[in-house]
Amino acid sequence: MPHDHHDHDHDHLSPSGHPYRVDNDAPLSYWQVMEIAIRELMIEKGEVTAAQITAQIDAMDARSPANGAQVVARAWDEPKFHAALMTDAAKATREMGFDIGPMNLVAVENTTAIHNVVVCTLCSCYPRNLLGLPPDWYKTRAYRSRTVKEPRAVLAEFGLTLPAQTTVRVHDSTADMRYIVLPARPAGTEGWSQDRLAALVTRDSMIGTGLPKAPE
Amino acid sequence: MSPPGHLRTPFYLRGKTGTIERHLGPFENPEQRAYALPAPQKQLYRVRFTMAELWGDEAEHPEDTLDAEIYEHWIEAPHAA
Amino acid sequence: MGGEAAGPVPHDQHDFALWEKRVDALMILGSARGHFTVDGLRRALEEMGPQAFEEMSYYERWVAAINENLIEAGVYSIEELGAKMEEVQARGDTYGEAQNA
Repeated sequence: MPHDHHDHDHDHLSPSGHPYRVDNDAPLSYWQVMEIAIRELMIEKGEVTAAQITAQIDAMDARSPANGAQVVARAWDEPKFHAALMTDAAKATREMGFDIGPMNLVAVENTTAIHNVVVCTLCSCYPRNLLGLPPDWYKTRAYRSRTVKEPRAVLAEFGLTLPAQTTVRVHDSTADMRYIVLPARPAGTEGWSQDRLAALVTRDSMIGTGLPKAPE
Repeated sequence: MSPPGHLRTPFYLRGKTGTIERHLGPFENPEQRAYALPAPQKQLYRVRFTMAELWGDEAEHPEDTLDAEIYEHWIEAPHAA
Repeated sequence: MGGEAAGPVPHDQHDFALWEKRVDALMILGSARGHFTVDGLRRALEEMGPQAFEEMSYYERWVAAINENLIEAGVYSIEELGAKMEEVQARGDTYGEAQNA
């Protein structure tokens, strides 16, 4: 997308190492004017308060793939939780203490025979209430168009080449359900604590475009 | 025919045959919800399609599958051969 | 869009700007107030057509969709929005300056 690149920003990296998007210093855009206008109208009309908006941003910022990693590590470690997660992932994560709101969540499990990968062809549905906002590539036309037709080619671009005998299951997440991939537990992690296991779980391994890190 | 308006089922799945993977329960029909109209509850299913069914000869790996959520009013029994 | 040919998946990643986070928050809060659903937003996005996908960024499309739904829900009128946008625009030339201090 043309707006994703702003060359003059590239020498200003954020703490996470990514360039900032155009923000306070760049010329005001039409859509930024609209955002300010909508926000102020909503506040003036008593629909929302400025504090609610700030709190909502903070709540969203606090959600990250680390939440999902804890869920995955627990499922690897506790057979009872694993069963609960596969039956109703929303209930299981809520009971674990995560504030996922009204989200419906389905967990799909990778094995040696099955590899799951999640896409939303209609827009950008993602288990954001658990994992935070989706990565930029998840929202691109390329990922959304191609994953339902040539998932193996897409996964290869992510550095993941699957053997022919593994069945790829693509999940088109089109609105009411959200999906999290439960990756296969890496070999060589027997007896590990959940914290140690969670450190192996990457964001992409829960979308299906990657695998957990190998134990060192 | 594809009438204009918000329709939930992606185009690439229309007219394709799959098997029901699981029943998800009743949800408000998004095709009314999209227009802020009263939305009756419709049963929602997860349907599994093979890549061979979706893409024919162009399938990358015919045995791979795709699961999608489909509302009951977009599903009909397959015609007898 | 599912199944259409497209080039390699771009892997650029950017942090979200404050205005984008605010759009996201308005989407959640407006929905919680019952003014629209994700389906209503999607309909508005679809009605923008494929050109919008080429020319607008992700949150530009979402703010446009939220606006469409809020006007339809009667939260404010097009006239009110127009007047407010003019007022905002007149405050300054950058996003920072345009805030109601």
